[in-house]
Amino acid sequence: MKRWSVILAAIALSVALILAILELGPAGIDLRLPVAENMASSGVTHPVTAVLLNFRGYDTLLEVAVLLIALFGILAVGMEPLPSLVKPADPMLQRLARFACPLVIVAGVYLLWAGAFRPGGAFQAGALLAAAIVLLHLSGLWPGWGTPSWRQRLLLSGGFAVFLAVSVAMMGFGALLEYPQAYAGLLILLIESGLTLSLAAILAGLFLFLSRDTGGNP
Amino acid sequence: MINSSLVFTITGIVLFAMGAAAVIMMNNLLRRILAFNLMGSGIFLVLVGLAQRQDAVDPVPQAMVLTGIVVAVAATALALALVRKLHALSGRLDLPRRDNG
Amino acid sequence: MISVSLSFDLLLAGALLWSAWRTLAARRIDLAIVMFIVFGLLMTIAWTRLRAPDIGLAEAAIGAGLTGALLLDALGAIRRKKSPSKDNA
Repeated sequence: MKRWSVILAAIALSVALILAILELGPAGIDLRLPVAENMASSGVTHPVTAVLLNFRGYDTLLEVAVLLIALFGILAVGMEPLPSLVKPADPMLQRLARFACPLVIVAGVYLLWAGAFRPGGAFQAGALLAAAIVLLHLSGLWPGWGTPSWRQRLLLSGGFAVFLAVSVAMMGFGALLEYPQAYAGLLILLIESGLTLSLAAILAGLFLFLSRDTGGNP
Repeated sequence: MINSSLVFTITGIVLFAMGAAAVIMMNNLLRRILAFNLMGSGIFLVLVGLAQRQDAVDPVPQAMVLTGIVVAVAATALALALVRKLHALSGRLDLPRRDNG
Repeated sequence: MISVSLSFDLLLAGALLWSAWRTLAARRIDLAIVMFIVFGLLMTIAWTRLRAPDIGLAEAAIGAGLTGALLLDALGAIRRKKSPSKDNA
């Protein structure tokens, strides 16, 4: 009985929402025009990157903080070591991983740099690098992570720290996260580089901290 | 009038409804995480499709959805860590439900 | 009557809904996760149809790739825990 009432409610909800959006007029607030007008002072030419790192930079700053908090949660939950974790590594897979990883790194760095002019940016580059690390881990070439060492902690929190430092340093010129126009492109590239490395570490850490294959180390 | 953005907006709404019903009805926690991700993807489609329904590219909701995808993967990872811990401690993959008759 | 691009969008929307349905209704959980990865890759094409290539790049790497890998890893760990007599070494 409860099943059918939930299904009927879901169908009613979707029908009501579809009817509602079909009779929507044009939007009251349109942010395309202010974005297009201010693109010249943003430091990059790609509008999505400008919005992400300049106009709505505060959201991106807090997003990296949320990622770090999720990582803290995963570290706090803690995993027990599982028995018989070590699988024999397939040599073909290892050869493929060794071949693919430099290409992935080059593609990631390109995406980071191209984010200023074309679709790309720090998040895509960081995700690509994290995928390379996970690929190496799954083919047995990169051990899982236990409690993070101080170097890993520096890498994990470095991107957020750089972003925060740059935005606070700019407070002397204007409001928080307001870049001076001459340096905006350079600052965005600096922030994005830090974010890429940090994001790669955090996203790979989401996988590697859970896998508990410490490669023989307790 | 029916352009591609509208098609994807409607798809997003149906995905959200399917995901929401599945989260409520299912017992297995892994399946509920899957359904929750489907809900998230549906919402992202609605966000971008509804803003671009007049066939013009809008960068602001695209940036919002980019943020949303990254936060969703972090939430999924945390949820999976909790489910694995629950399974390791109790051997179950569902939460105890109170019988409502 | 219907242009080619609109019919492609309708087919893609149908494929998205079908793969989502198969994710939720699969009997075995590993089939459900694989169908979820398929859904993520179809979403990547949907994002390019919506003229959002940045989101498409992120969805392919994070949504389909990392989330799928996380889910499969969790499933493997749960199965290893259930039957510790199965030795993979």
